[in-house]
Amino acid sequence: MDNVTVEADALNRVYGSNAVVRDVNFSLRKGEVLGFLGPNGAGKSTTMKMLTGNLAPTSGSVKICGIDIIEQPKEAKALIGYLPETPPLYKELTVDEMLTLSARLHGVARGSVKKAVESAKERCGLTEMSKRLIDNLSKGYQQRVGIAQAIIHNPMVVILDEPTVGLDPIQIRDIRALIKELGGEHSVILSTHILPEVEMVCDHVQIIHKGQLVFNGSIDVLKQQRHGNRLLLGLTNAPDTEELLKIDGVVSVEPAANGLLRLRYAEGAAPAERIVQSAVNNNWGLYQINPDQTSLEEVFMQLTYQEAAAN
Amino acid sequence: MILTVAGKELKAMFSSPMGWVILALLQFIFGTFFLVGIDQYFQTMSGMIRPEQRVGVTEFVGHNVFSMASFIMLFAVPLLSMRLISEERKNQTLPFLFSAPLSLTEIVLGKFFGLVSFLTVMIAIIGVMISSLNIWAELDFGYVVANLIGLWLLVASFSALGIFVSSLTQQPIIAAIITFVALFGLLILDYFFASDPNSTLNYLSLLRHFEPFSRGLIDTRDLAYFALFILTFLTFTVRRLDADRLRG
Repeated sequence: MDNVTVEADALNRVYGSNAVVRDVNFSLRKGEVLGFLGPNGAGKSTTMKMLTGNLAPTSGSVKICGIDIIEQPKEAKALIGYLPETPPLYKELTVDEMLTLSARLHGVARGSVKKAVESAKERCGLTEMSKRLIDNLSKGYQQRVGIAQAIIHNPMVVILDEPTVGLDPIQIRDIRALIKELGGEHSVILSTHILPEVEMVCDHVQIIHKGQLVFNGSIDVLKQQRHGNRLLLGLTNAPDTEELLKIDGVVSVEPAANGLLRLRYAEGAAPAERIVQSAVNNNWGLYQINPDQTSLEEVFMQLTYQEAAAN
Repeated sequence: MILTVAGKELKAMFSSPMGWVILALLQFIFGTFFLVGIDQYFQTMSGMIRPEQRVGVTEFVGHNVFSMASFIMLFAVPLLSMRLISEERKNQTLPFLFSAPLSLTEIVLGKFFGLVSFLTVMIAIIGVMISSLNIWAELDFGYVVANLIGLWLLVASFSALGIFVSSLTQQPIIAAIITFVALFGLLILDYFFASDPNSTLNYLSLLRHFEPFSRGLIDTRDLAYFALFILTFLTFTVRRLDADRLRG
């Protein structure tokens, strides 16, 4: 498969006796957006540092488009754009100077540096900031410059470490849109601890906890776990549980918070309409019915908790 | 690539007041000593009657300026070299260089040449200043060139040590102080061992290797010493940065 862009094989990183990253394996294909999830200190940044060649793994290997980053660091690094946790910006330069420097260092041909800078600025909404000193920009704009310097050489793989941290909601939305757009032609890896963000922009999710991958798969799998076969029902004159269980498709009924009822139904069944019908017929006083979603947080908690229990 | 990094360093040097202030201040000091040297030359030489007591104007003024320059550089170079790596460490901008397709050697050489080319400007101005005497007198250009080369090598060695120290810490000021102390120690090493002129430690003194240049003598032993000095500390710097990658 020649469209595999990132391949991490048995990555380990040990600090003294403390294993920060343990046996992380994954691969990423062209055009995919991978979300790296995990609580603070789970090893997200460490893994990203190893992927970009900023940190040598204790064992294991990283291949970018088939090029080993330890054996041929220059060739591999040319294919990566990286935004670390703190955007690495020279505050004494202007946006234009910074991006020109980045383009040059990443080996953009002399003639096309200007074009690369222009297009990166346009994509990150920085065109009006060209002549401003980075030091004088707001945190959000600095973050954008950070992203711009990472994508300026049109790399195969873009790695962003918590790209939306510290931004206002509008900027977060803009940057998410940008990440989605990047996913079209580059492979993107981003780390975050904001769960809805992952759902919005990623195709693939990895949950990392205490240095180990506890979940690795498509976002749809997570979503499925989230949208269980459950309904939340609010009735003023609630009948007996047996009454409800008689409705075709309903498997179980249990009380939920605020006097609501949680109904579980069989896979593929759609009992909502029948429930409403019986509620009207029997005068149960229906005031609320909606699908019961586990929040992504809960799924996340479950996954990290399971891991803790298994240990 | 090395040039791009060097260019970036030069730009940083000139975009802060530090670069300009140091450049102006040093030029003022060198200019003053140059002027005083010429002034004193006539006073001193009119008192010298016997021919063997007389010194050429090149040597008299040159010695005045170059011995001062080597001393002043001892203060100036640590101030300029201190921020090269420590500031990047402090502002966490090193990942920018590390994740670009650059080898560590290219990064370190880029920074080294950036600083050295700034200092070269300073040395070139001294050269021009002294050469301007040629309009009124006949200069011994051999002497001037030897001194310029010696000063350049001395300054480059200072820079190499400065970069290494800068890579050890996050605080530019600490880097400056340590660099200054280390350079000062290396410079006056031969004072400590003056009683034993054959001591090996004597041989490590920077001043001892600069001294032949200031007499107008270019000796390959001294060239080798400076070259090795620079190479050693640049290698140390590369190793130090590599340790960042390995140890994290």
